Amino acid sequence: MAEKNKQDFITDEEKNPYIKYFRKDRLPTIFCSGCGIGITINSFLKGLESADIDFNNLSLVSGIGCSSRVPGYLNCDSLHTTHGRAISFATGLKIGNPDLNVVVFTGDGDASAIGGNHLIHAARRNINLTVICINNNIYGMTGGQVSPTSPEGSLATTAPYGSIDTPFNLIDLVTAAGASFVGRWTTAHPLQLSKSIKNGLLNNGFSFIEVVSQCPTYYGRKNKLKTPVSMIKMFKENSINKRRADTLSEEELLGKIVVGEFVNKKREELSKKIDDLSYIKSGRNTIRKSAYIL
Amino acid sequence: MTKELFIQGNEACARGAIEAGCRFFGGYPITPSTEIAEYLSIALPKVSGSFIQMEDEISAIGSVIGASWSGIKSMTATSGPGFSLMQENIGFAVMSETPLVIVNVQRGSPSTGQPTMAGQGDMMQARWGSHGDYETIAISPSSVQEFFDFTILGFNLAEKYRVPVLILADEVIGHMREKVRLQDNVETLKRIKPKEDLKDFLPFKNVENGTNPMPSFGDGYNIHVTGLTHNELGYPSTISPKDHSTLVKRLVNKILKNREDIISTDFKYCDDADIVLIGYGSPVRSIIEAVKIGRKNGVKIGYLKINTPWPFPENEVAKIAKSADDLMVVEMNLGQMVHEVERIAKNNANVHLFSEIGGTLPKPTDILNKVKELL
Repeated sequence: MAEKNKQDFITDEEKNPYIKYFRKDRLPTIFCSGCGIGITINSFLKGLESADIDFNNLSLVSGIGCSSRVPGYLNCDSLHTTHGRAISFATGLKIGNPDLNVVVFTGDGDASAIGGNHLIHAARRNINLTVICINNNIYGMTGGQVSPTSPEGSLATTAPYGSIDTPFNLIDLVTAAGASFVGRWTTAHPLQLSKSIKNGLLNNGFSFIEVVSQCPTYYGRKNKLKTPVSMIKMFKENSINKRRADTLSEEELLGKIVVGEFVNKKREELSKKIDDLSYIKSGRNTIRKSAYIL
Repeated sequence: MTKELFIQGNEACARGAIEAGCRFFGGYPITPSTEIAEYLSIALPKVSGSFIQMEDEISAIGSVIGASWSGIKSMTATSGPGFSLMQENIGFAVMSETPLVIVNVQRGSPSTGQPTMAGQGDMMQARWGSHGDYETIAISPSSVQEFFDFTILGFNLAEKYRVPVLILADEVIGHMREKVRLQDNVETLKRIKPKEDLKDFLPFKNVENGTNPMPSFGDGYNIHVTGLTHNELGYPSTISPKDHSTLVKRLVNKILKNREDIISTDFKYCDDADIVLIGYGSPVRSIIEAVKIGRKNGVKIGYLKINTPWPFPENEVAKIAKSADDLMVVEMNLGQMVHEVERIAKNNANVHLFSEIGGTLPKPTDILNKVKELL
């Protein structure tokens, strides 16, 4: 009884040191219990703090899907857009005001199915956005349909006999398109994930971080991984670091999740190029927030 | 200072945008609108603005919405196929109350249609193209001068009512060259920051006149902008019937209750006219010519020129329907705005359609011949 009373006096901040970043009046979240998005948010906020990013200068942009609900819970400027299009909105926001730190929260369906074109073009342009793609291999919001990253043979409500599609490797996709920072971790690697998010935020260019995440409600239930714990365990057992993976054959890597940082290179960034062009042609950088003065 | 130039319609539009304070253009090449993008790719960096060619029209309007929330007056330009692709995000701009300008230089349609020829087939799409109940503002220029003036007007209305404004031009106006008087100290409407303390600020408040002041991202208001039905704070509220009807009715009424401020028409010889020609965009040129010839020949004919097809000038049409026996809508489609005229005229006047498709302007003599058949 005494123990229980003590629990009641624990402040929100003691339960979660990152609670200060939340819109507390919007809690609890809509996420299912055991969802990997909670781990991802905590890793993101830890990465944000260690990268020393000013929270007041942060803009979060998202599309549609479970992962795209993240910005609505964090107390900074947030733009919850149409399905697949978040990166295009973020592109305009970043070019309009290159001083903002712009982070996109997206999922496998949002980023690589309906929004695939915007993803590769943003990577090609190397615009300074940090895209956090929470990949649960399924459409959660609409109730468990097959996605472009669903493993071959996995079950979904629209793949009742097992998926016959070949899945995307998002890392290969954005790397080929020109992203200057690329990383992948799972929700079983929260510390490594936050470090990669930090590195992505600090990269002055297009950063893509894939978070392989559990959806126990749909992916797990359909694919004999009913509990969040069994899914995270599966991630842990099947993950293999990039450095080790590089020494293995394709057969040996079958069914494995290769994790690590894949790209981290310096490349000219788009919003600065546009700002510089303005300087060359007009003698000054683009005018920030000019709608209020023109 | 005012200067006179002999320029193309699309260039006049682009120059108007710069004068209005537009400092971001996101677009995708499409005939017959491309010269607007080309001109702005040269001009914007010279006035400390930004230009980007996006990967398609969906991302073009996406980037424009993003840039608008960064605090920049922003626009895109397109034609039918691109306008179709933009529809979902137009609805988002309405729901999130994002000021922006979309220029649609209409061409022969449907589908790929006639890229280099004129049409007015997108009039109803402009009204109903995105899903759901909504109101926007649409403006149709009928000369190169008006393409300049109406682009400035479009930016001012977009800021005043926080809506996407559609400039429904057509290929004739876009590609024609005419003398234009360009004013360089035009009246622009600056965006106004909210006055309230950050803590008390309700970004989507149900205010009397419908339109709230707009902060930009990075101002410290920490606002949430969503296409979901939202409450006054901007937070999603998707199962409350009250929140939904309050929001959607405010968005619709902020346009409808300000019709008188928004709507613009011109008319001539309507008082004693037996028949009044009604049009918008480039066919107005043929209409005016037909009326001139008709009057010379003793025909009691007048015209009503609609500068703002949406919201539809109901009172203006109703007034003319009471005084004239016949109304004839001249449009370059198989009959779109004629349905609006019929709806308003009811039993007060006979409503006729002069329809011309194929890409060329209706001939004044053809219009007049049809008038003579009717009288």
